[in-house]
Amino acid sequence: MSHMNDADPNQPITVTIDGISVTVPAGTSILEAAKKVGISIPILCHHPDLSVRANCRICIVEAKGQRKFKTACSTEVWQGAEITTNSKTIREARKTVLELILAEHPRECLECIRNGSCELQKLAQDFGIKEVAFTPSRHVGELPIDDIHLAIVRNPNKCVKCGRCVEVCQEVQTVRAINTAHRSHRYEISTAFEKNLEETLCVSCGQCVAVCPVGALYEQDETAKVWAALDNPDLHVVVQTAPAVRVALGEEFGMEPGSIFTGKMVAALRRLGFDKVFDTDFSADVTIMEEGHELLERIQTEGTLPLITSCCPGWIKFAEEMYPELLPHLSTCKSPQQMFGALVKTYYAQKTGISPEKIFVVSIMPCTAKKYECARTEMNDSGYQDVDVVLTTRELAKMLKQANVSVRDLPEETFDDPMGTSTGAAVIFGTSGGVMEAALRTVYEVVTQKPLGNLDFTVVRGLTGIKEAEVELNGQTIKVAIANGLGNARSLLEKIKEGQVDYQFVEIMACPGGCIGGGGQPFGTTMAKKHERMKAMYQVDKKLPIRQSHKNPSVVTLYKEFLEQPLSHKSHELLHTGYASRNIDKEVKQ
Amino acid sequence: MVMTRQLISSNWGNIQPESVEEYAMAGGFAGLKKALSMQPDEIIAEIKTAKLLGRGGAAYPAGAKWEQLRAIPHSPKYIVCNGDEGEPGTFKDKMLLSQDPLRVIEGMTIAAYVFGSQDGYIYIRGEYLGIQKVFQQAIDNAVKEGYLGSRILGTDLTFNIHITSGAGAYICGENSALLNSIEGKPGYPRIKPPHLAEVGLFSMPTLVNNVETFSAVPTIVMEGGEKYLSYGTPDSGGTKLICLSGLSRRNGVYEIPFGVTLRDIIYGSEIGGGIARGKKLKFFHIGGQSGPCGTPDQLDTPYCYKALKSAGLSAGSGAIVVLDESVCIIDYLKGVTEFFIHESCGKCTPCREGNQKVHDILCKLSNGMAVEQDIALLKRLSSMMTNASFCGLGQSATVALDTCLKHFAEEFDAHLQQKCPAGVCFEEQERVAI
Repeated sequence: MSHMNDADPNQPITVTIDGISVTVPAGTSILEAAKKVGISIPILCHHPDLSVRANCRICIVEAKGQRKFKTACSTEVWQGAEITTNSKTIREARKTVLELILAEHPRECLECIRNGSCELQKLAQDFGIKEVAFTPSRHVGELPIDDIHLAIVRNPNKCVKCGRCVEVCQEVQTVRAINTAHRSHRYEISTAFEKNLEETLCVSCGQCVAVCPVGALYEQDETAKVWAALDNPDLHVVVQTAPAVRVALGEEFGMEPGSIFTGKMVAALRRLGFDKVFDTDFSADVTIMEEGHELLERIQTEGTLPLITSCCPGWIKFAEEMYPELLPHLSTCKSPQQMFGALVKTYYAQKTGISPEKIFVVSIMPCTAKKYECARTEMNDSGYQDVDVVLTTRELAKMLKQANVSVRDLPEETFDDPMGTSTGAAVIFGTSGGVMEAALRTVYEVVTQKPLGNLDFTVVRGLTGIKEAEVELNGQTIKVAIANGLGNARSLLEKIKEGQVDYQFVEIMACPGGCIGGGGQPFGTTMAKKHERMKAMYQVDKKLPIRQSHKNPSVVTLYKEFLEQPLSHKSHELLHTGYASRNIDKEVKQ
Repeated sequence: MVMTRQLISSNWGNIQPESVEEYAMAGGFAGLKKALSMQPDEIIAEIKTAKLLGRGGAAYPAGAKWEQLRAIPHSPKYIVCNGDEGEPGTFKDKMLLSQDPLRVIEGMTIAAYVFGSQDGYIYIRGEYLGIQKVFQQAIDNAVKEGYLGSRILGTDLTFNIHITSGAGAYICGENSALLNSIEGKPGYPRIKPPHLAEVGLFSMPTLVNNVETFSAVPTIVMEGGEKYLSYGTPDSGGTKLICLSGLSRRNGVYEIPFGVTLRDIIYGSEIGGGIARGKKLKFFHIGGQSGPCGTPDQLDTPYCYKALKSAGLSAGSGAIVVLDESVCIIDYLKGVTEFFIHESCGKCTPCREGNQKVHDILCKLSNGMAVEQDIALLKRLSSMMTNASFCGLGQSATVALDTCLKHFAEEFDAHLQQKCPAGVCFEEQERVAI
């Protein structure tokens, strides 16, 4: 039996790596142990948030007494192991592995979306690759690019078959739109029956994009549409920015993860030429007004409970596909992005006298699914498509670079009125548990008519996959649950379906960690970075003078001037929506 | 010296394969009956004494494997028989499964008794569809006669065997890929550790042995480990089924006691009887496509694990492909590599990409397009594939190439000069010359 199983799991293990002795807890991989002594073994298929696959074989090392190389990512250290990570043999073998991958990879780095952020490009650079000894087995670039999906493009020519995307889609998100197909040199990542992604169950969450090390998966680039709108003098172009963008955009400009970039982002957007720089946080506050009252109404009228949040379009599509029987649980509230679009082209248009057909709404989102959401045919209650174009955090960064904006050097500016005013409650929408906490801050005061002492509902915070809490509201206990990541959502929904739990309010976000970990955020996102972004969100919240949605003065004005009251006729017309089963097993399409 | 010995092949052609009655008449189930009166540890001790090495190809000591599984406290434990005989040139399990299925069943049932297992799986390759039916009939008959199913032979032992059909993938013969396949997952190999003894089928402790290994168990229990060992050599107990194919005069499956020389096998009148059409032996490919190639000067090597290993050869699956001087080494290796290109699962880089590049270079050699650096590149590729591939498939895909580079270096060099000693390559050039 393996030497590795003989170890006492509690006993620290001492190993030698390239002659340096290091003591680590049992169960530590060679990869992690090497980091402790300043050795970063190259990796490609490995991702810190995913399981170990050991497919690419780039992290091979030598171990004394072992005939074959060991993969550092998958091999746990054992007592007395003598590991060599840097020898002629290892360097040569790793280079051969890399050359085999490069032989099949198109060398069009300059034209690639991942130029500068590509993990394969980095390896080639680190290895000092000057030429590749092997000839490609097929004509490079011969595989068709799947680009009809609204949010995500698949370029199989660039795929290095690391399997990260398959794991997130299959195991983490349980959407199961993509998987491995075929064998040997035809082995590839594909969809069932090799259909276009558009025809699969893909929910557009973009988690596959977020983990792809190369340019095989990326968002639909819509920056050209935005440039065209900005260049069109007849259009009044307004932009809204989602809460999670401001704590991640900085990374694209060399800032540390978790840097709060709001003021510079606003200034930069103005430099791009947007006529108004607004904040999705404003409509997040509106969402709380509507959804909070919807929750109260359902509790008071014994309506369908638990009420489940509907801010996240990836989650909405997942529900429509996988859990159509639970659709009555979904809040009828549109997402903040869509509420914003509908309000700009009605309320704001009316207020400013600008014709809605001249207004062009751009969203900056941490998300790829928002691209799909804004194109949903029902999202035109203003009489026009409510949101015209959605850009990801990454696409915004690209535009700023194209416009030569030195974002870090800009003075901080503030959002425009009236749809740029927001509260701390809205900011935290960007992290898992935030919508829940924001709702509780408002619902409590609406129900009790008493001011809430402590605004921090810390029990609902954090990046744990499923969180549960009980909250006292005027003598009544409200049971709530929060799931982030669709695999976790699935577990929670199964319990709801089986009647094993009796929550009143449930928050679901498709991406692990919520929007801070969205599929449109800067490449290289890890759990560690999400933690930093989350901390930044709560910092922003803490510093804001108003931290409850119903106290947002612009929201108060909006209801006074336009909507009258939450759940009013007008609210329903503009801010609420409906859902339909997309489950072909349960509903035969005509 | 005895050239062949029928320990596990004695029933072939002599009994109705699925008949419990005829199997019992021929001495069948005596091993199981005896086993049921023994302590599990006694049985394992006999297998250890017998020096029964795994017959699937890796030659892992069966006794040690059983002992490790026995030491694992968790249950249920599963018994899995690997009958996904996909190694080219190997057709011995086919004989055991079709000619004497009850022996395999008996061996698995003894294992079930040792480990207290209630369920066993036999994974039979999809190409053996007809044999699966014979095997199922044998299972049904054994259940009917009380040798399988609940309360076997009146004891508390309950054991059922389920047949799983492969679908043609060679990789599913790799034990962890095989378990994935039984579970209904794609046949990709698993990361080890954990070993299958600990985390095997359905994540439970599992014994995986080859058809031939299980077939030897009743004999070992019946005759005792000491006796079984004495049939072979001190390090390789008992007998081995070998599959002779290629250009030998008498191709077929033979049961030989370990210790018989390769010369006896290829030339002996009881076995191969020499090279067909009076040609001269050029080389033999031993152990399967993943095994090494040997040359005539190695013919006096005794067929046993230790001697083969020291000669740079290996028993592998038992395949011995005999090739004569009309065969070009480069051309032959192209065929071997094409097999691995076809059968690589595609999961890891070295095997998925490496086999293709090996093939590219071999093609260059046979087209006269290769240069000296290509030989160095072949060696670089092969070394990396051997040491860095995910599983045994990639690790052994270039074993034949390595041995040929060693034994037939001059033939590679000749191809660099556009000369093919066997007259197989450069057809086009010759035609032009004419």
